[in-house]
Order: sequence, then structure tokens, then C-alpha cells
Amino acid sequence: MIELVGIRRSYALGGETIHALDGIDERIESGEHVAVMGPSGSGKSTLLNVIGCLDRPTAGSYRLDGREVAGLSDAELARIRRREIGHVFQAFHLVPRMSALENVELGMLFDSIPPRQRRERALAALASVGMGPRAGHRPGELSGGERQRAAIARAVVTRPRVLLADEPTGNLDQTSGRAVLELLDGLHAAGFTVVIVTHDPGVARRAQRVLLMRNGRIVRRMPASELRTLDEALAGAAP
Amino acid sequence: MRWSDALALAVRALSAHRRRTLLSLLGVSIGVAAVLVMTTLAAGARRYVADQFRTIGADVIAVVPGRVETSGTIPGVGSAPNDLTIADARALVRGVDCIARGTPLLIGNEALECGGRRRDVLVLGTSAEMLQLRGMRVATGRFLPESGWERGSAVIVLGSKLPPELFPGEDPLGRTVRLGGWRLRVIGTLAPRGTHLGVDLDECALIPVATAQAIFDTRTLFRVMLELRPGVRARAALDPIRAVLRERHGGEEDFTLITQDAILRSLDKILDMLSLALTAIASVSLVVAGFGVANVMLVAVSERTREIGLCKALGATDADVLAQFLLEASLLCLWGGLLGVGIGWSATAALSAAYPVLAAEPAPWAVGAALAVSLGTGIVAGTMPARRAMRLEPVTALAGRRT
Repeated sequence: MIELVGIRRSYALGGETIHALDGIDERIESGEHVAVMGPSGSGKSTLLNVIGCLDRPTAGSYRLDGREVAGLSDAELARIRRREIGHVFQAFHLVPRMSALENVELGMLFDSIPPRQRRERALAALASVGMGPRAGHRPGELSGGERQRAAIARAVVTRPRVLLADEPTGNLDQTSGRAVLELLDGLHAAGFTVVIVTHDPGVARRAQRVLLMRNGRIVRRMPASELRTLDEALAGAAP
Repeated sequence: MRWSDALALAVRALSAHRRRTLLSLLGVSIGVAAVLVMTTLAAGARRYVADQFRTIGADVIAVVPGRVETSGTIPGVGSAPNDLTIADARALVRGVDCIARGTPLLIGNEALECGGRRRDVLVLGTSAEMLQLRGMRVATGRFLPESGWERGSAVIVLGSKLPPELFPGEDPLGRTVRLGGWRLRVIGTLAPRGTHLGVDLDECALIPVATAQAIFDTRTLFRVMLELRPGVRARAALDPIRAVLRERHGGEEDFTLITQDAILRSLDKILDMLSLALTAIASVSLVVAGFGVANVMLVAVSERTREIGLCKALGATDADVLAQFLLEASLLCLWGGLLGVGIGWSATAALSAAYPVLAAEPAPWAVGAALAVSLGTGIVAGTMPARRAMRLEPVTALAGRRT
């Protein structure tokens, strides 16, 4: 379970303070599928980075499964990223000199998992996203959809509880995007807590709940089934 | 992260940029090879020079006219108020119990002529004792006569290279040669002896010391060579020798006693400095190579900023990232070191073949030190880039930014 209370994230930029997150209070239950929407610069990715322990909040409390995360050391945060959270990025972030299999294994290296176990798990993860036959190919030899599926395999291979996806279909064509979303739906069905940042109402509607953000705040929470367009949803939000 | 995994990752990262890795590696290897060749050459030179001086013999003391303090170097003829004379030499042999035998020595260059042939030779004015004292062997005829040192005679013994030049195809024994206007009869030739302290004894001509004094018109000697009785240490003989000579020179110590030990000690100091200087010069290239490696690693951190961000997002700790880049830099330098040892070994083998007198193999300690220094270079050169990588924030690094 993710609990955010009064989360702020500010940056100093050219002598000015930017409030990327300006008091976020939210609670995401285990096994929930949540989409985060909002215009560019609204703070969606920053929120995802804070939840994913890639960024530290400037103020506020973040509890992950009841444990306060905001004050943890770098090493403890690394451990959470290693074991409890899986990341899927818009830009895939696969290491070009490694095969799909080696990319999937990469996260397990930092957990000192023995090579044979690592390989078995990585092959199983790739097979689960339909990438078994492409395991030996490097990212440059894969299509966009295949890359993102390899990245999803990498995110889930460590069996985290939370899967965070930042615009996972942003760089994909419609067909590949649909395949990736079906994968994420399947992972949610398998028990993962899934949080997706997206601009696309079609993507957001696959979630259970949608959080609408503007100027670093969550301005509206709504069931995904009620979402039609972002503008319309924002029009109905609090100022 | 397991070390084997970190090592495999480092090898993969370095292999991904083969040309850049090879160039950096060559820089280090040239530095290591230079250090290895220089230290090996210095060791070869040290051994050669030490061997030369060692042939003086641990049981031999040389008495030289003049004081070391006066000129700052080993003194030569004419640098002392009192000459070192044949009588001094005689007094030492007779007056110091621990001396087994001795011989006066006067050295000069003169033209040797015979039947229209002429060549310059190094002339050693000495006595019959020189044969045993310097371990020479007579090839034909006999050595210098055992008559009194003060009495000259018109005879000459030729080094092994001279007869074929002066008397090609003929027997030189009994023939007359001219040396500085003096007519001398050849009474013997020497077996080949080789070079000693830079002097090719095979090209020398030996004559009685009194004859040499007459030819070169001098009373003083170049030195007196004294051989100690078996079991006597050179240090124990110094005081009695000093006492005899001081008494003969009116209380003045205007002479220097040279022992093999003293020469080797001085030589060691000089050669130590030489080795150090050569190694320091060669090390400059290793330092430059270190800067090259640091630069390559900085470029690697810059190019792989997103990868570093990804690794952190996947759970790599700061220590993992630091170790990874340090390992890459160290591996790069270690490979360079190994290649450098190979190059250095080949170069010293080639030099040994070309100059056998300096022949030497890289010492195991030098190889170990070269590899340790190259590894150290890698760690030092890699520290700054690795720390820069370690400090990257996951979010900024994933975005390809460093701040």
C-alpha cells in the first residue's frame, strides 16, 4: 500500500523555486491499477519518481507498505528499488550493448542472485511477455514494441509488488501499444499494483482509478470508466 | 553485486569500445614497457660495471697518488705533493706483513712501430708480479723479467691482438719494436684477456716499470697494486699501508687507498641515482597514460549517464556504481600493464641480443611493480570519474543530465 501525505518536491531553477509537487495526499491500495493524467508539467512523472524512490520529496511523508520511505538512506532506497518496485520507461532504457536476456538479468546482478537462477528467471520473464525467441537479440535488433516488452520483463523479473510505468506506450505504434497495455493488464490481474502515467485517455481507461494533476497537485480523482477526455475531466476538477 | 558479475560487466563495457580501449591500453602499456626497459637496462648496466670492478678482486688494494678530497674524483698522476714511487711500492711489499705481493703500475699511450707498421698502444709499465696479480696468461715466450723493479730492460710483452697486426704471419718473439724512440725486444705474447674497466688488455703492451718511467720521463707511478695474503680482509690492511706511506711522505697522507668494496659502494650510489632518474623519466609516460585513462573514463561516464541512471533505478547502490567504474579503469590499466610487460620483455630481449654486455631480464620484482603501478594508475585515474558516476541522481541520470 502506498500512502502519500503532504508530499512536496521543489527545485531551484535559475534563482526561482519550482514546485513540481505541491502537497500530494494520496493512498493507493495494494493490487490497485491507477492512471495518473494531467497536462505537461503538471507533476505526473515527478510523482511517479517519488513513488518509485528515484527522487526524494522535499517535504511530506511517504509510506510504502507501512514503512516510512522519505527518510531512508540511499542504500535502503536502492534496496527498495531492487526488490519492491519495477519501472517501465517511455524510452525503454535498455542497454544497447546487451542482449534482451542480459538486459532482463541486469537488475538481478545488483541483488547478487546466482547466474543460473538469474538466467532461468530472466528467460521465464521474457517468455511471459512473448519475447522468448528474441532473448538473444540486442535492442537495436528489436522493434519498439519488443523493446518495451523486454523492459517490462526486466521490471517484473525481480517480482516487485509495485509496477510503475511512465508513458509506456508513448513511443509505440497503436498495435504495439495495445500489446504492451494488455501485458500490463495481465500483470495487474496477477496481483501487481500498477501505476501508469499517461496522456492518453484510452490508456487511462484501462485502469480502475484516474488521478488528474495540475500544477503539482491532484485536482480530481475519478473512476476510470467515467473518463472521456483530459480537458473535460480537468474542466470538472477543482480550481 | 558479486565481483564476478562486476568483472564481466566491466569487460563487456570495455569491449563495446574496442578502439578507444585499445588506444588507452596502448598508452599504459608504453608507459609500463618504458619503465620496465629502463629499470632492466639500469640493472644490466649496474651488473656490467659492478662485474668490471669486481675483477679487481676483493683481496686487492690499489694505492693511488693524491687525495680524493683534493680533486673530488679518484686522483691521478701529478695531483699529490709527493710522487708515488717504485721505492714506495717496494717499501709497502716489504714493510706490511699482510701483503702477499705487489706491483708498481705506470700507464701511458705511445706509438708502437715495427717494419713500417705503426699503431698507438696503451703501455703498462709494471713488473713480473702483474702476471699473477691480474690473472694474465702467457701465450708464447715469457713474461716480464723478475729482476729488480728499479732496473729497466729493453723488453716488451705484447697483448694478444698486437702480434697479428704488427707481425702478420710471423713469429714476433725476438723481434725488435720501437716504442717512443726506444728499441725493445719482444720476449712474449699474452693469451686473450678481454676488456677490464674499459681497457682492452689484448691491445696493451707491457714493459718493465723502470723502462716506462724512462720512456714517459716521470718518476711517479699511476698506482701500486697490492694483493693481500689469504684470509686478510682489505679493511685490516689499510692502516698498516697508510702508516708506511705516511712515514715515507713526511707525515702527509697524499695518497688514496682504493678497495673493491669502496668502489662498489660508491658505484652503487651512482647507479642507484641513475636507475632512479631513468625510472622517473620513464614514469612520466605512465603518468600521461593515467591522464588518458581518466579522460576515457570521464567520457564513459558522460556517455553512459542514462545507463547509470537505469542501474540505479534497478537497485544499484552508489557503491555498486563506484566499484563498476573503478573496476573498468583498473582493468584497462591492468591489461595495459600486462601488454606493457610483454612489450618490455620483448624490447629487453632485443636489446640484450644487440648489446650482450648489458644483457638482463626484467626482474620479477620489476614485473610485479610494473603491474602494481599500472593497477594503481587505474585506481587513481578511475577514482574521479567513478565518484562522478556514483553521485549522479537516478532521475537526472535517466534523463541524460548530470546535474
